[in-house]
Amino acid sequence: MRGRTGIQEGGHSMVTTKVNFCGVHFKNPVVPASGTFGFGLEMAGSFDLNILGGISLKGTTLEPRYGNECPRIAECPGGLINSVGLQNPGIDALVKEKLPALRKIYKGAVIANISGFSIDEYVKCCVKAADAPEIDIIEVNVSCPNVHGGGMAFGTSAEAAAQVTKAVKAVCGAKPVCIKLSPNVTDIIEIAQACEEAGADGLTLINTVLGMRIDIARRKPIVAAGYGGYSGPGIFPLALRMVHQVSGACHIPVMGCGGVASERDVVEMMMAGASLVQVGAENLRNPMACKDIVEHLPGLMQELGLENLNGIRI
Amino acid sequence: MKQGKFIIRSNREIADRTFILEVEGDCSATERAGQFADIALDGFFLRRPLAVMQWDATKMSLIYKVVGEGTKKIAAMTPGEQLDILTGLGNGFDASLSSGKALIVCGGIGASPTFSLAKQLRERGIEVNVILGFNNASEIILEDEYKALGCKVAVTTVDGSAGVRGFVTDALDTMATDCDCFYTCGPKIMMKAVCGALEIPGEASLEERMGCGCGICYGCTCHTSKGPKRVCADGPVFKKEDIVW
Repeated sequence: MRGRTGIQEGGHSMVTTKVNFCGVHFKNPVVPASGTFGFGLEMAGSFDLNILGGISLKGTTLEPRYGNECPRIAECPGGLINSVGLQNPGIDALVKEKLPALRKIYKGAVIANISGFSIDEYVKCCVKAADAPEIDIIEVNVSCPNVHGGGMAFGTSAEAAAQVTKAVKAVCGAKPVCIKLSPNVTDIIEIAQACEEAGADGLTLINTVLGMRIDIARRKPIVAAGYGGYSGPGIFPLALRMVHQVSGACHIPVMGCGGVASERDVVEMMMAGASLVQVGAENLRNPMACKDIVEHLPGLMQELGLENLNGIRI
Repeated sequence: MKQGKFIIRSNREIADRTFILEVEGDCSATERAGQFADIALDGFFLRRPLAVMQWDATKMSLIYKVVGEGTKKIAAMTPGEQLDILTGLGNGFDASLSSGKALIVCGGIGASPTFSLAKQLRERGIEVNVILGFNNASEIILEDEYKALGCKVAVTTVDGSAGVRGFVTDALDTMATDCDCFYTCGPKIMMKAVCGALEIPGEASLEERMGCGCGICYGCTCHTSKGPKRVCADGPVFKKEDIVW
């Protein structure tokens, strides 16, 4: 018995959530976004990570970083502002401790997220990431709004983003390099195209939107750093628009990120042109968000008459 | 950590803007006194972390103070309503520190997470001295409950409207005598003073604005002598010697 959509009724057997991104196989497009899922290990006791399409690990730099002072978090309508400031144990600890521990419990795709304060630092960090067999894709963050003198500075000019891209591509060998872009720019298409021309294999967008909250009783910003990155469902329409623009203007695949909170948002993001979808702030509200989305995605696909998730960009 | 649905059984004001919320559901993830629960609220993006005052397999009591819109919303909830709560968060106190007589020093609703600790210590036959500090008499909570456990209790108030006039540290001389360890929970400045004044081993329960509450976002990191630690997952309880004030 077949339904009018051609999908077998009463089950998901004709629905496939599989996607391919830069030659890497993902069993589904759902990937917790960098900075909202630690190094995966933190969630190992809560659900089987192997149900995920992939994991984008916490942003990592060449040297260990404490990050910004607290408060680092300010709640907003539709999300939150964070100013963690790239706290991480450094690339050596990632490679020697976190990745082997993660590999023991998780066999899916691993995306390392790399940040830096100079091109030299990005390069040195990527050399080590490229050597790590556990890493499938290197996501280069040129868009962190929470650090001074680096991070977003490289992602707000097409020239600088292209320089970072070219430099890291030269040391990453066959490992796909994906550049994570900032929405805090005048023309994201120009920057995306510059990264593509410089050799990027893929793009992730968007990082958080630079924002602020003020404690009106104390007359001070809520986060100690003053400004922070706004994320959550409030930025979903912005992210969607940028993914649609960039995926229409570039030939390399896009990981869509920004305010995704449900399986409906995943499909919507893919209809905007994303090939993979990252879930970020929602993990902070509901640590089981990715699990819930993965479980509900096939049912939604069936409801929508989608046999697979390839080529559904509108 | 466990996520579950809980039914509100009662939600009542026990002191000035201070409420006790009793909920029913699966509490099996909570194992140690000093752990906390994180409550999801409609209309608010982030959960509200509340210390667990006491719990058993199917019920727990959470004490909170109305300090903002989120806690105001919790205070307006009524029995029968349902809440989505993450339980079993944080490390909790090390109840094995004491072998004879323990001191508990609390400020305000900091008296909540140490209550189950006092209960456990008393069950092991440990003597427990408790200092409860408040701004004034209208804020006093759990004095009778600690006494009912068999604890010796001293109350301090800043304005002198009840107990000893002054701060919790003004009661340390009399209450810390012969204690082999201490536990403290309350305002940071109070805990710093307590940790600085006492020579015996001790633990303090820190507080910070949190994102996830379960260790994945690194939004509540604090400095410690052992490097950066997450208040929600590595804490909230830290040994006094590890805390960098």
